[in-house]
Amino acid sequence: MAHSEETVHVNVLPPDREKIKKLWKVAGYLAAITAVEFAVAFLVPHHLKDLRVWTFILMTIVKAGYIVGEFMHLRYEAKVLFWSILIPMVFVVWMLVAFVYEGIQISLVR
Amino acid sequence: MASTTVATQSAWDGGTSPMGASYGKLMMWFFLLSDAFTFSALLITYGLVRSAHPVYNGEVDAFVFSPQYWPIPEKVFEAVPFFHEWNAPLVFVGIMTFILIMSSVTMVLAVEAGHRMDRKDVEKWMLWTILGGIAFLSCQAWEWAHFIHGTDVAKNAEGHVRIGASLISNQYGPRDFADFFFFITGFHGFHVFSGVCLNFLIYYNTVMGVYERRGHYEMVEKVGLYWHFVDLVWVFVFTFFYLV
Repeated sequence: MAHSEETVHVNVLPPDREKIKKLWKVAGYLAAITAVEFAVAFLVPHHLKDLRVWTFILMTIVKAGYIVGEFMHLRYEAKVLFWSILIPMVFVVWMLVAFVYEGIQISLVR
Repeated sequence: MASTTVATQSAWDGGTSPMGASYGKLMMWFFLLSDAFTFSALLITYGLVRSAHPVYNGEVDAFVFSPQYWPIPEKVFEAVPFFHEWNAPLVFVGIMTFILIMSSVTMVLAVEAGHRMDRKDVEKWMLWTILGGIAFLSCQAWEWAHFIHGTDVAKNAEGHVRIGASLISNQYGPRDFADFFFFITGFHGFHVFSGVCLNFLIYYNTVMGVYERRGHYEMVEKVGLYWHFVDLVWVFVFTFFYLV
Protein backbone atom coordinates (compact mmCIF):
# COMPACT_ATOMS: atom_id res chain seq x y z
CA MET A 1 0.00 0.00 0.00
CA ALA A 2 1.15 3.47 -0.78
CA HIS A 3 0.31 4.69 2.68
CA SER A 4 2.51 2.33 4.62
CA GLU A 5 5.60 4.11 3.37
CA GLU A 6 4.50 7.22 5.22
CA THR A 7 4.55 5.54 8.62
CA VAL A 8 6.20 7.85 11.10
CA HIS A 9 7.95 6.70 14.17
CA VAL A 10 6.50 8.34 17.27
CA ASN A 11 7.81 8.19 20.76
CA VAL A 12 4.76 7.59 22.97
CA LEU A 13 5.34 8.63 26.55
CA PRO A 14 3.67 6.89 29.51
CA PRO A 15 0.70 8.63 31.20
CA ASP A 16 1.60 11.33 33.68
CA ARG A 17 -0.15 9.82 36.73
CA GLU A 18 0.46 12.87 38.90
CA LYS A 19 -1.18 15.22 36.39
CA ILE A 20 -4.12 12.92 35.70
CA LYS A 21 -4.76 12.54 39.42
CA LYS A 22 -4.82 16.32 39.76
CA LEU A 23 -7.33 16.67 36.89
CA TRP A 24 -9.71 14.19 38.51
CA LYS A 25 -9.32 16.05 41.78
CA VAL A 26 -10.41 19.30 40.09
CA ALA A 27 -13.38 17.44 38.61
CA GLY A 28 -14.21 16.24 42.11
CA TYR A 29 -14.15 19.82 43.41
CA LEU A 30 -16.48 20.96 40.62
CA ALA A 31 -18.93 18.14 41.36
CA ALA A 32 -18.74 18.85 45.10
CA ILE A 33 -19.41 22.58 44.65
CA THR A 34 -22.39 21.77 42.42
CA ALA A 35 -23.69 19.42 45.13
CA VAL A 36 -23.35 22.21 47.71
CA GLU A 37 -25.26 24.55 45.38
CA PHE A 38 -28.08 22.02 45.33
CA ALA A 39 -28.01 21.79 49.09
CA VAL A 40 -28.27 25.58 49.36
CA ALA A 41 -31.09 25.63 46.81
CA PHE A 42 -33.20 23.25 48.91
CA LEU A 43 -32.10 23.84 52.48
CA VAL A 44 -31.76 27.61 52.70
CA PRO A 45 -35.28 29.10 52.80
CA HIS A 46 -36.36 31.41 50.00
CA HIS A 47 -36.90 34.48 52.19
CA LEU A 48 -33.13 34.63 52.79
CA LYS A 49 -32.83 35.74 49.20
CA ASP A 50 -29.59 37.73 49.53
CA LEU A 51 -27.79 34.90 51.29
CA ARG A 52 -28.89 32.44 48.61
CA VAL A 53 -27.96 34.66 45.68
CA TRP A 54 -24.53 35.60 47.04
CA THR A 55 -23.64 32.00 47.89
CA PHE A 56 -24.58 30.97 44.37
CA ILE A 57 -22.53 33.79 42.83
CA LEU A 58 -19.51 33.04 45.01
CA MET A 59 -19.61 29.33 44.17
CA THR A 60 -20.04 30.05 40.49
CA ILE A 61 -16.92 32.21 40.55
CA VAL A 62 -14.97 29.45 42.31
CA LYS A 63 -16.14 26.92 39.71
CA ALA A 64 -15.26 29.30 36.87
CA GLY A 65 -11.82 29.77 38.44
CA TYR A 66 -11.17 26.03 38.44
CA ILE A 67 -12.37 25.57 34.87
CA VAL A 68 -10.42 28.50 33.43
CA GLY A 69 -7.36 28.09 35.66
CA GLU A 70 -6.90 24.32 35.59
CA PHE A 71 -8.83 22.86 32.65
CA MET A 72 -8.04 25.71 30.29
CA HIS A 73 -4.59 25.95 31.84
CA LEU A 74 -4.70 29.74 32.06
CA ARG A 75 -3.12 29.77 35.52
CA TYR A 76 0.09 28.38 34.03
CA GLU A 77 0.24 30.60 30.96
CA ALA A 78 2.42 33.71 30.67
CA LYS A 79 1.26 36.53 32.94
CA VAL A 80 0.61 38.80 29.93
CA LEU A 81 -1.83 36.30 28.50
CA PHE A 82 -3.45 35.71 31.89
CA TRP A 83 -4.17 39.40 32.45
CA SER A 84 -5.14 40.09 28.82
CA ILE A 85 -8.01 37.68 29.34
CA LEU A 86 -8.97 38.66 32.89
CA ILE A 87 -8.80 42.46 32.80
CA PRO A 88 -11.40 42.91 30.01
CA MET A 89 -13.86 40.95 32.17
CA VAL A 90 -13.97 44.01 34.44
CA PHE A 91 -16.24 45.58 31.83
CA VAL A 92 -18.61 42.66 32.17
CA VAL A 93 -18.79 43.03 35.94
CA TRP A 94 -19.50 46.75 35.56
CA MET A 95 -22.14 46.10 32.92
CA LEU A 96 -23.80 43.54 35.19
CA VAL A 97 -23.91 45.89 38.17
CA ALA A 98 -25.16 48.82 36.07
CA PHE A 99 -27.89 46.88 34.29
CA VAL A 100 -29.24 45.04 37.30
CA TYR A 101 -29.36 48.33 39.21
CA GLU A 102 -31.20 49.84 36.25
CA GLY A 103 -33.64 46.92 36.29
CA ILE A 104 -34.41 47.45 39.97
CA GLN A 105 -35.07 51.14 39.28
CA ILE A 106 -37.44 50.22 36.44
CA SER A 107 -39.36 47.90 38.75
CA LEU A 108 -39.75 50.76 41.27
CA VAL A 109 -41.27 53.22 38.80
CA ARG A 110 -43.55 50.69 37.11
CA MET B 1 28.68 52.55 11.44
CA ALA B 2 29.96 49.16 12.29
CA SER B 3 28.50 49.19 15.78
CA THR B 4 24.94 49.23 14.45
CA THR B 5 25.35 45.77 12.95
CA VAL B 6 25.88 44.22 16.36
CA ALA B 7 22.86 46.03 17.82
CA THR B 8 20.78 43.85 20.09
CA GLN B 9 17.88 41.98 18.58
CA SER B 10 14.75 44.12 18.95
CA ALA B 11 11.44 42.58 19.90
CA TRP B 12 10.04 44.34 16.83
CA ASP B 13 12.18 42.15 14.57
CA GLY B 14 9.78 39.29 15.23
CA GLY B 15 10.54 35.74 16.15
CA THR B 16 9.57 36.16 19.78
CA SER B 17 6.25 35.27 21.36
CA PRO B 18 5.78 37.37 24.49
CA MET B 19 2.61 35.55 25.42
CA GLY B 20 4.33 32.19 25.19
CA ALA B 21 1.52 30.71 23.13
CA SER B 22 1.22 29.84 19.47
CA TYR B 23 -0.74 32.07 17.11
CA GLY B 24 -3.63 29.63 16.91
CA LYS B 25 -3.95 29.21 20.64
CA LEU B 26 -3.76 32.96 21.21
CA MET B 27 -6.47 33.61 18.65
CA MET B 28 -8.64 30.94 20.24
CA TRP B 29 -8.25 32.74 23.57
CA PHE B 30 -9.26 36.09 22.11
CA PHE B 31 -12.16 34.56 20.23
CA LEU B 32 -13.34 33.05 23.50
CA LEU B 33 -13.02 36.43 25.19
CA SER B 34 -15.29 37.97 22.55
CA ASP B 35 -17.68 35.04 22.86
CA ALA B 36 -17.71 35.60 26.62
CA PHE B 37 -18.84 39.18 25.92
CA THR B 38 -21.69 37.87 23.77
CA PHE B 39 -22.88 35.49 26.45
CA SER B 40 -22.45 38.16 29.11
CA ALA B 41 -24.62 40.50 27.07
CA LEU B 42 -27.37 37.88 26.93
CA LEU B 43 -27.14 37.01 30.62
CA ILE B 44 -26.94 40.64 31.73
CA THR B 45 -29.97 41.58 29.63
CA TYR B 46 -31.73 38.71 31.36
CA GLY B 47 -30.61 40.18 34.70
CA LEU B 48 -31.99 43.60 33.74
CA VAL B 49 -35.36 42.30 32.59
CA ARG B 50 -35.72 39.92 35.47
CA SER B 51 -34.96 42.53 38.11
CA ALA B 52 -37.41 44.90 36.40
CA HIS B 53 -40.23 42.36 36.95
CA PRO B 54 -42.10 41.97 40.23
CA VAL B 55 -41.06 39.05 42.40
CA TYR B 56 -43.32 36.42 43.91
CA ASN B 57 -43.62 37.20 47.61
CA GLY B 58 -45.92 34.45 48.88
CA GLU B 59 -45.15 31.05 50.35
CA VAL B 60 -43.03 28.85 48.11
CA ASP B 61 -45.37 25.89 48.59
CA ALA B 62 -48.34 27.94 47.46
CA PHE B 63 -46.61 29.12 44.29
CA VAL B 64 -48.65 29.17 41.09
CA PHE B 65 -47.58 30.29 37.64
CA SER B 66 -48.71 33.79 36.68
CA PRO B 67 -47.68 36.40 34.12
CA GLN B 68 -47.80 38.96 36.98
CA TYR B 69 -44.46 37.97 38.50
CA TRP B 70 -41.25 36.15 37.63
CA PRO B 71 -41.52 32.40 38.33
CA ILE B 72 -39.38 30.51 40.85
CA PRO B 73 -37.11 28.46 38.53
CA GLU B 74 -37.24 25.27 40.58
CA LYS B 75 -41.02 25.27 40.13
CA VAL B 76 -40.60 25.37 36.36
CA PHE B 77 -37.81 22.86 35.91
CA GLU B 78 -38.96 19.97 38.03
CA ALA B 79 -39.51 17.11 35.62
CA VAL B 80 -37.32 14.13 34.80
CA PRO B 81 -37.78 11.98 31.68
CA PHE B 82 -39.61 8.65 32.17
CA PHE B 83 -40.71 9.67 35.69
CA HIS B 84 -43.43 12.17 34.94
CA GLU B 85 -45.20 11.74 38.25
CA TRP B 86 -42.12 12.80 40.16
CA ASN B 87 -41.71 16.26 41.49
CA ALA B 88 -37.95 16.52 41.19
CA PRO B 89 -36.92 20.17 41.04
CA LEU B 90 -33.65 20.87 39.25
CA VAL B 91 -32.65 17.20 39.25
CA PHE B 92 -32.58 16.89 35.50
CA VAL B 93 -30.60 20.09 35.03
CA GLY B 94 -28.22 18.77 37.69
CA ILE B 95 -27.67 15.66 35.60
CA MET B 96 -26.98 17.86 32.56
CA THR B 97 -24.44 19.87 34.55
CA PHE B 98 -22.74 16.68 35.66
CA ILE B 99 -22.57 15.37 32.07
CA LEU B 100 -20.94 18.58 30.86
CA ILE B 101 -18.38 18.63 33.69
CA MET B 102 -17.48 15.00 32.95
CA SER B 103 -17.03 15.70 29.26
CA SER B 104 -14.75 18.58 30.21
CA VAL B 105 -12.61 16.14 32.20
CA THR B 106 -12.39 13.66 29.34
CA MET B 107 -11.35 16.56 27.11
CA VAL B 108 -8.44 17.51 29.38
CA LEU B 109 -7.43 13.86 29.43
CA ALA B 110 -7.40 13.90 25.61
CA VAL B 111 -5.15 16.97 25.71
CA GLU B 112 -2.87 15.25 28.20
CA ALA B 113 -2.66 12.19 25.93
CA GLY B 114 -1.84 14.50 23.03
CA HIS B 115 1.15 15.91 24.91
CA ARG B 116 2.44 12.35 25.17
CA MET B 117 1.82 11.65 21.45
CA ASP B 118 -0.42 8.76 22.54
CA ARG B 119 -2.80 8.40 19.62
CA LYS B 120 -4.86 5.56 21.10
CA ASP B 121 -5.55 7.53 24.28
CA VAL B 122 -6.45 10.69 22.38
CA GLU B 123 -8.94 8.67 20.34
CA LYS B 124 -10.44 7.10 23.44
CA TRP B 125 -10.89 10.37 25.35
CA MET B 126 -12.14 12.27 22.31
CA LEU B 127 -14.82 9.63 21.82
CA TRP B 128 -15.92 9.99 25.45
CA THR B 129 -16.02 13.77 25.04
CA ILE B 130 -18.14 13.51 21.90
CA LEU B 131 -20.45 11.10 23.69
CA GLY B 132 -20.81 13.55 26.60
CA GLY B 133 -21.65 16.35 24.18
CA ILE B 134 -24.29 14.28 22.43
CA ALA B 135 -25.75 13.20 25.78
CA PHE B 136 -26.01 16.86 26.85
CA LEU B 137 -27.69 17.86 23.58
CA SER B 138 -30.17 15.00 23.92
CA CYS B 139 -31.03 16.12 27.44
CA GLN B 140 -31.52 19.64 26.20
CA ALA B 141 -33.76 18.45 23.39
CA TRP B 142 -35.92 16.71 25.97
CA GLU B 143 -35.94 19.74 28.24
CA TRP B 144 -36.97 22.03 25.40
CA ALA B 145 -39.71 19.64 24.30
CA HIS B 146 -41.02 19.50 27.86
CA PHE B 147 -40.83 23.28 28.25
CA ILE B 148 -42.65 23.86 24.96
CA HIS B 149 -45.37 21.28 25.54
CA GLY B 150 -45.97 22.33 29.11
CA THR B 151 -47.39 20.75 32.23
CA ASP B 152 -50.92 20.49 33.60
CA VAL B 153 -53.05 23.61 33.26
CA ALA B 154 -54.22 23.45 36.87
CA LYS B 155 -51.05 25.20 37.99
CA ASN B 156 -51.95 28.44 36.25
CA ALA B 157 -53.18 31.19 38.58
CA GLU B 158 -55.52 33.21 36.34
CA GLY B 159 -57.32 30.20 35.01
CA HIS B 160 -56.23 31.04 31.48
CA VAL B 161 -55.75 28.07 29.26
CA ARG B 162 -52.10 28.53 28.55
CA ILE B 163 -50.21 25.34 28.11
CA GLY B 164 -46.51 25.20 27.38
CA ALA B 165 -44.38 27.97 26.02
CA SER B 166 -43.51 29.77 22.82
CA LEU B 167 -41.89 33.09 22.01
CA ILE B 168 -45.19 34.95 22.43
CA SER B 169 -46.86 33.27 25.35
CA ASN B 170 -46.10 30.81 28.10
CA GLN B 171 -47.72 29.13 31.04
CA TYR B 172 -44.81 29.71 33.42
CA GLY B 173 -44.87 33.47 33.81
CA PRO B 174 -44.06 36.68 31.94
CA ARG B 175 -43.48 36.36 28.23
CA ASP B 176 -39.83 37.41 28.67
CA PHE B 177 -39.15 34.38 30.83
CA ALA B 178 -39.67 31.92 27.98
CA ASP B 179 -37.91 34.22 25.49
CA PHE B 180 -34.77 34.31 27.60
CA PHE B 181 -34.94 30.59 28.19
CA PHE B 182 -35.03 29.94 24.45
CA PHE B 183 -32.37 32.49 23.57
CA ILE B 184 -29.83 31.75 26.28
CA THR B 185 -30.04 27.98 26.47
CA GLY B 186 -30.49 27.90 22.69
CA PHE B 187 -27.38 29.94 22.04
CA HIS B 188 -25.46 27.78 24.48
CA GLY B 189 -26.85 24.60 22.95
CA PHE B 190 -25.75 25.79 19.54
CA HIS B 191 -22.24 26.21 20.94
CA VAL B 192 -22.36 22.68 22.30
CA PHE B 193 -23.50 21.46 18.90
CA SER B 194 -20.66 23.19 17.07
CA GLY B 195 -18.30 21.92 19.78
CA VAL B 196 -19.39 18.35 19.09
CA CYS B 197 -18.79 18.91 15.36
CA LEU B 198 -15.30 20.30 16.03
CA ASN B 199 -14.55 17.46 18.43
CA PHE B 200 -15.58 14.97 15.80
CA LEU B 201 -13.31 16.64 13.26
CA ILE B 202 -10.40 16.39 15.69
CA TYR B 203 -11.22 12.76 16.40
CA TYR B 204 -11.32 12.02 12.67
CA ASN B 205 -7.96 13.71 12.08
CA THR B 206 -6.45 11.84 15.00
CA VAL B 207 -7.65 8.51 13.64
CA MET B 208 -6.28 9.42 10.21
CA GLY B 209 -2.90 10.14 11.81
CA VAL B 210 -2.84 13.79 10.75
CA TYR B 211 -1.45 15.03 14.07
CA GLU B 212 0.97 12.14 14.39
CA ARG B 213 2.51 13.15 11.08
CA ARG B 214 2.43 16.81 12.08
CA GLY B 215 4.38 15.93 15.20
CA HIS B 216 2.06 17.57 17.73
CA TYR B 217 -1.54 17.52 18.94
CA GLU B 218 -2.03 21.24 19.41
CA MET B 219 -5.36 21.17 17.57
CA VAL B 220 -6.74 19.02 20.39
CA GLU B 221 -5.66 21.70 22.83
CA LYS B 222 -7.26 24.52 20.84
CA VAL B 223 -10.58 22.79 20.41
CA GLY B 224 -10.28 21.73 24.05
CA LEU B 225 -10.21 25.41 25.03
CA TYR B 226 -13.45 25.93 23.15
CA TRP B 227 -15.04 22.91 24.77
CA HIS B 228 -14.12 24.04 28.28
CA PHE B 229 -15.51 27.47 27.49
CA VAL B 230 -18.85 25.89 26.62
CA ASP B 231 -18.77 24.14 30.00
CA LEU B 232 -17.87 27.44 31.65
CA VAL B 233 -20.84 29.22 30.10
CA TRP B 234 -23.13 26.46 31.31
CA VAL B 235 -21.89 27.01 34.86
CA PHE B 236 -23.13 30.59 34.62
CA VAL B 237 -26.39 29.70 32.87
CA PHE B 238 -27.03 27.06 35.53
CA THR B 239 -26.56 29.58 38.34
CA PHE B 240 -28.39 32.55 36.88
CA PHE B 241 -31.20 30.79 35.10
CA TYR B 242 -31.91 27.75 37.28
CA LEU B 243 -30.67 28.46 40.78
CA VAL B 244 -31.07 32.17 41.50
